[in-house]
Amino acid sequence: MSNLLLIVIGGVLVNNFVMSQFLGICPFIGVSKKTETALGMGMAVTFVMALASLITYFIQTYLLLPFGLEYMQTIAFILVIAMLVQVVEIALKKISASLYQALGVYLPLITTNCAVLGVALLNVREGYNLIESVVNGISGALGFTLAIVLFASIRERLAVSNLPKWMNGFPGALITAGLMALAFQGFSGLL
Amino acid sequence: MKNNRMIKVFTNGLLNENPTFRLLLGMCPTLAITKAASAGLGMGLATTFVLVFSNMVVSMLRNIIPDKVRIPSYVVVIATFVTIIDLLIKAFLPALSSSLGIYIPLIVVNCIIFARAESFASKNTVLLSLADGLGMGLGFTGALVLLSSVREIIGTGEWFGMQVMPEGYQPMAIATSPAGGFLFLGLLLIVVNAVMAYLERRKAQKEAEIL
Repeated sequence: MSNLLLIVIGGVLVNNFVMSQFLGICPFIGVSKKTETALGMGMAVTFVMALASLITYFIQTYLLLPFGLEYMQTIAFILVIAMLVQVVEIALKKISASLYQALGVYLPLITTNCAVLGVALLNVREGYNLIESVVNGISGALGFTLAIVLFASIRERLAVSNLPKWMNGFPGALITAGLMALAFQGFSGLL
Repeated sequence: MKNNRMIKVFTNGLLNENPTFRLLLGMCPTLAITKAASAGLGMGLATTFVLVFSNMVVSMLRNIIPDKVRIPSYVVVIATFVTIIDLLIKAFLPALSSSLGIYIPLIVVNCIIFARAESFASKNTVLLSLADGLGMGLGFTGALVLLSSVREIIGTGEWFGMQVMPEGYQPMAIATSPAGGFLFLGLLLIVVNAVMAYLERRKAQKEAEIL
């Protein structure tokens, strides 16, 4: 149990996916202009990352390992994730129209979110069991959501403030993210 | 004529549409592995390898792949070359393999490769796609080496592992910390933007003088 707690704290704060491992930077910078869309993206990523951790665990233990196909890991995982995202999209459309509307636009973008493939690879590398893998997936995704929502709310303020011309756009965003990452580094003594 | 076109495509990736500084693609490896110049160089060259070959294969198959399944097909092509380079690095450069870690398999989801397959290789000839892949890849490598050199020199006083700063230099650890990745990329972007703006102004001035 304490082991799981460590994974959660590690995933959300100490080894935050965005702020200290640099996974999922593209959506972090691309979809962070508004807090609402950032939250939508975070929710979609949480959903997919939990499922991806679950399914890639089964693929690794029951398909790749027994047949000695570990070198096919990258191809197998990325295909599974791409398929998973499609399936989730179709299923959501049928099951919950409101959730689909909330997450719909972000789902296709998730295939190329390196946090999803990253968590699958990290789970294997760390030798996590089934529950640990899923917990790691969810807490990593929650860390991503936390970072992107915080970042979006800062950017909303920045958009209406008077920045020097050379700071406009990406340089300003990156420096903001840098300052946020500094704050997250403060958690590093926690574990 | 044809050579001209190839050179143009090649330099386009190096400068005008530099994936890191101009298009801001492939940010994850750019920030994550640029703590040391050697890792930046290794990552850049590995990405270039994948980019060149996936561009060529996608271009060769561009009339065969049906439009509807093109994205999964690109993914398989890219993942194949990533697996090849992953195994090669593991076999011949174990030190590099351990310093790059999961970021080598993560080349699969580097948006640069995907973007070039979709927007360039699927519409152009094999040779042009080769030039594009090489230009984009080397542009990416250059950007990574530049960023990682700045970070390594400031953060440790060394460059490619060699001491370059004077003895009394106190390394600033922030440069090699995760926060330093964001900060230094932001600062570097400001410099690059300023240089590009200056060059454009000078070009416009020259043209005005000719007229």
